Amino acid sequence: MSAIRFDNVSKSYGAHHALNEVTFELAKGEMAFLTGHSGAGKSTLLKLIMHMEKASHGQVFVNEQNLSRIKPAQVPFLRRQIGVVFQNHQLLFDRSVFENVALPLRIAGYDSRELARRVRAALDKVGLLKAEQKNPIELSGGEQQRVGIARAVVNKPSLILADEPTGNLDPKLSAEIMSLLEQFNSVGVSVLIASHDLALIRRLKHRVIGLEGGRLIGERPAQVS
Amino acid sequence: MSATKTSTPKSSTSKPAPSHKHGASTSKVKFGDRWAAYLAHHKLTAADSLRRLFVTPIASGMTWLVLAIALALPMTLYVAMDNIKQLSGSWQQTSQISVFLRTGIKDSQGQAVMAQIQSWPQISDTRYISADDALKQFSNSAGLSDVLASLSSNPLPAVISVVPNLTGADADMLAQLQQRLSELPNVESVQLDMQWVQRLYQFMELGQRVVWALGALLALAVLLIIGNTIRLAIENRRDEIRVVKLVGGTDAFVRRPFLYTGIWYGLGGGLLAWVLLAVGLFWLTAPVEQLISLYGSDFQLKGLGFGNSLTLLSSAVLLGWLGAWVAVGRHIKSIEP
Repeated sequence: MSAIRFDNVSKSYGAHHALNEVTFELAKGEMAFLTGHSGAGKSTLLKLIMHMEKASHGQVFVNEQNLSRIKPAQVPFLRRQIGVVFQNHQLLFDRSVFENVALPLRIAGYDSRELARRVRAALDKVGLLKAEQKNPIELSGGEQQRVGIARAVVNKPSLILADEPTGNLDPKLSAEIMSLLEQFNSVGVSVLIASHDLALIRRLKHRVIGLEGGRLIGERPAQVS
Repeated sequence: MSATKTSTPKSSTSKPAPSHKHGASTSKVKFGDRWAAYLAHHKLTAADSLRRLFVTPIASGMTWLVLAIALALPMTLYVAMDNIKQLSGSWQQTSQISVFLRTGIKDSQGQAVMAQIQSWPQISDTRYISADDALKQFSNSAGLSDVLASLSSNPLPAVISVVPNLTGADADMLAQLQQRLSELPNVESVQLDMQWVQRLYQFMELGQRVVWALGALLALAVLLIIGNTIRLAIENRRDEIRVVKLVGGTDAFVRRPFLYTGIWYGLGGGLLAWVLLAVGLFWLTAPVEQLISLYGSDFQLKGLGFGNSLTLLSSAVLLGWLGAWVAVGRHIKSIEP
């Protein structure tokens, strides 16, 4: 069983080939880094998984669901299986931290008691339980990123995608964020992290998938420490 | 495999107690829960949409006022037409057709003609005025009794005064009636003093069409105003829409707050239009009734009434919802993460 499977996938925007015949698989429960320079195709690859873009050629599978056959009405339900952490965290500043984290649950239709319980559990997990009534704009960059992670995991997704989750953070905060993601992985969640923070990637022993110019340029398997 | 288990919100870990207590009815309870959550979210969204309107009270107030004016205009005309109809209705009661009989026929013959006319469905009342009665009335009212007394014979014909039943009547029907009456035996001529009534009907017909056309145009204006306002609201919440779509919000979920915004705009505009109309009517009532009383009528200015008020409010709400729907349909598709 794979969480993500790319089968000879290409994506082009006009004459520009963002991804070129990419084939790889992320097993359920696996954690991997997706690395490469900016413009290597990392973001495109993540967008294909979220079905924000459609593959020009080849097939993308998420939890064994073929995205080339997905109907528009099914896309929201695909996305509910995936928790996404963005580099710029994409928090909404017109509502509290609590409401930001609660958003996926409101969408999924949870009753208010269960919703509050889960939001607090997620905020507790990222160590921001006390900030629930604050506006995210009052928080530091690292805290905002942690709110983003809480939002990504609150609906208990089977897969977490993170796009440069440590992009703007200092090494200490980066390590914190990574250890959070590892914790989720340790309870069985598949995690794919796009990052060009090579130092960090080297230190952590997970599998690395390298991209360059839209092509897969080799992998480093997970290292048993 | 544990990844799969944690992924499903319906997994037994999410609601342990109830699912074990009532095993058989689990799905029912869950459906009920979902339904309750769905309703709760509607409530929350409706309240939030309203709250957002009050965050910018001046802008929202202006929109409401514009909508109110657009709604109040055709409604004012409608009320005016309604009142004219009522007024002309009281005139219809008094309108009549005079059927002049041949001179020299017997009263019994005249009565027979009247009985025949009375039996027609489009006749509401008839009255027979014999030649003698006519002469008497004439001499009393004209003060010419001496002159008339000197005449050897009565020059006046007997008359049947006919009051037609005019509900739903039009000019054609009245002309037909006149034709039919003149073809009766012993009838000399038929006089229809009602051309002005016909004209009034035509004016009212025209007026009604103007009200409809204006109503349709202003309804379109309301749609456009709300559509444009909602479009701006969508632009302002672009980021939010993107995030909602990214975390799995359906189109219905994205649409919902904007549809409620449209409904609130419509309702606010409708209420304000009602107030404008009520104040206007209150202001006009006294002078209009004074004016009409000069003509000896007990006419009373009719207000909107409960039914029409309800129509006004519900069509305002419907227009708001529809305008929002159109705007949302056009613009939300373009915002993709």
